[in-house]
Amino acid sequence: MIPISWYLILAAALFSIGLFGVLARKNAVAILLGVELMLNAVNINLVTFWRYNAPETVTGQVFAIIVFAVAAAEVAVGLALIISIYRNRNTIVADDLDMMKW
Amino acid sequence: MFSSSMIMAILPELLLLTLGLLVLIFDIIWKKKESGRNLGWLTAGGLLLILVVSAFLAKPAESALVFGGMLRYDMMGYVFKMLFIFGAMLTTLFMMDSEKLGNRGESYILLLVATIGMNLMASAADLIMLYLAIETTSIPMYILAGFLRDDKKSTEAGLKYLLFGAMASTVMLYGFSLIFGFTGTTALVAITGFSVPLALGVIVLIMVGIAFKISLAPFHFWAPDVYEGAPTPITGFLSTASKAAGFAVLMRLFIGLFPATGEFADDWTMIMAVLATVTMTVGNVVALSQTNIKRMLAYSSIAHAGYALVGVVSVAKLDAGELGVGSVTFYLIAYVMTNLAAFGIIAAFSKIAGSDEISAYAGMSRRNSGLALAMLVAFLSLTGMPPFGGFVAKVFVFAAAVKAGMIWLALVGILNSIVGVYYYLTVLKVVYLHRMEGENEEAHPIPLTRPYAIALTVLSFAILLIGVIFGPWFDIASSAAQGLF
Repeated sequence: MIPISWYLILAAALFSIGLFGVLARKNAVAILLGVELMLNAVNINLVTFWRYNAPETVTGQVFAIIVFAVAAAEVAVGLALIISIYRNRNTIVADDLDMMKW
Repeated sequence: MFSSSMIMAILPELLLLTLGLLVLIFDIIWKKKESGRNLGWLTAGGLLLILVVSAFLAKPAESALVFGGMLRYDMMGYVFKMLFIFGAMLTTLFMMDSEKLGNRGESYILLLVATIGMNLMASAADLIMLYLAIETTSIPMYILAGFLRDDKKSTEAGLKYLLFGAMASTVMLYGFSLIFGFTGTTALVAITGFSVPLALGVIVLIMVGIAFKISLAPFHFWAPDVYEGAPTPITGFLSTASKAAGFAVLMRLFIGLFPATGEFADDWTMIMAVLATVTMTVGNVVALSQTNIKRMLAYSSIAHAGYALVGVVSVAKLDAGELGVGSVTFYLIAYVMTNLAAFGIIAAFSKIAGSDEISAYAGMSRRNSGLALAMLVAFLSLTGMPPFGGFVAKVFVFAAAVKAGMIWLALVGILNSIVGVYYYLTVLKVVYLHRMEGENEEAHPIPLTRPYAIALTVLSFAILLIGVIFGPWFDIASSAAQGLF
């Protein structure tokens, strides 16, 4: 069996890439994509821990299913907000959304 | 399988859901122009009914875990639920006469769903439930913050709130997944006192999520922008009920994870004390230079999160824990009343005056003396002046810090309160002493519609009542600590 650490390293790497995307990208859609990567990293973590540590329960699986259900809802709202911003401003670049500062 | 205590444990949520469905149905039936106000009265009346019914029926006799350990049915959940429902009721009253917000049925439903989420946050006893509850609160709030689709500031506020919020809650979720990995369970009771080498790292991950919700200092950047851009009644709800829910989670989660007897109790106390100091100072100092009243109150609410955190610091101390939880709960009760009133006044004023700049408030006392009086009550309570709720609340949290042996933290808090006096009183000076341009205030009255008048009267009396007769209120707040330890 593949050692658990492989999965955890994959998840940690994916999480870091996602976090980098959130912090470094300018485009609002790309930021949302970064959040999605982070959520997928969490899911890999959850399913791995479930499989290796507690396969007799369903907790990990249920948690993972709830996470991606919530992620879908969050992205739906996020894209709706991005569209309404685009209609108002003709831009979705986060740096241009600077009407309010300090 | 099902017992009556299970139904009672989620009675407020069930009633809120029913009310939401009613609002949906009546939104279709009442197609008239006035339907928005009718829906508002329906929501507010329904919430009042829910408040009364659940105050009597949903009071737990003893703490119990229900729904397979997903929820904890205890006094803490009960006290916070009542607070959230009360907050939602007054927010509804403020929303009714807010243009483009009050005449849409969706806004009331989103508010009710967010309230359900907060109720579940206050009673969640399992990481899965906790995450779900936090998102049930956040997602409707994202939409409400960006509700004014044609308003550039509002949509910007909604998007900023969503991007920051989604990131913070995902980082927290990563922490949850690690806790699940280390302990093999998600039930908070089962992971009590978990200690592994990485525990401090996990604390940091989880703190990111919670610090975002209650806008603690390094994670407060979203707050001023979102508060300024969101519709004012929603800002009020966001800065009060949503923040109180975050504190409920903070206390419940960390008392469970890092008990006073555990090896991390001291680290945890220190982290909280530093965060409280930074949050208070940043909030107060930046608030000094604000010219927009909503932004000023946003920084003031960051500072208030810092004061409440002073009380949280003591929960990890053995003999001060109960006073800590009681004082934080009391602080939040007083703060919810006060800040709701403050934002309600701003909503009522800007509806007529069309501006949120502090300079626009010149001569307000002559334009509507009642509104100015309500503002005096709310702002003096925020300052922490004696006859009002804010004073007693501050006394209790500082007392909890002293009892926990953190005298320096109480001193920092008191110094910060003095800084706060300056910017709150500056606003009152503009309201009472300055004159409008042309000095013809009588020609520009600020009429209050009935929902605003009712809500502001209720809140002003509540602030005074909490400040003068604080005994019973503190008993309620400290009962929240019972059965928590």
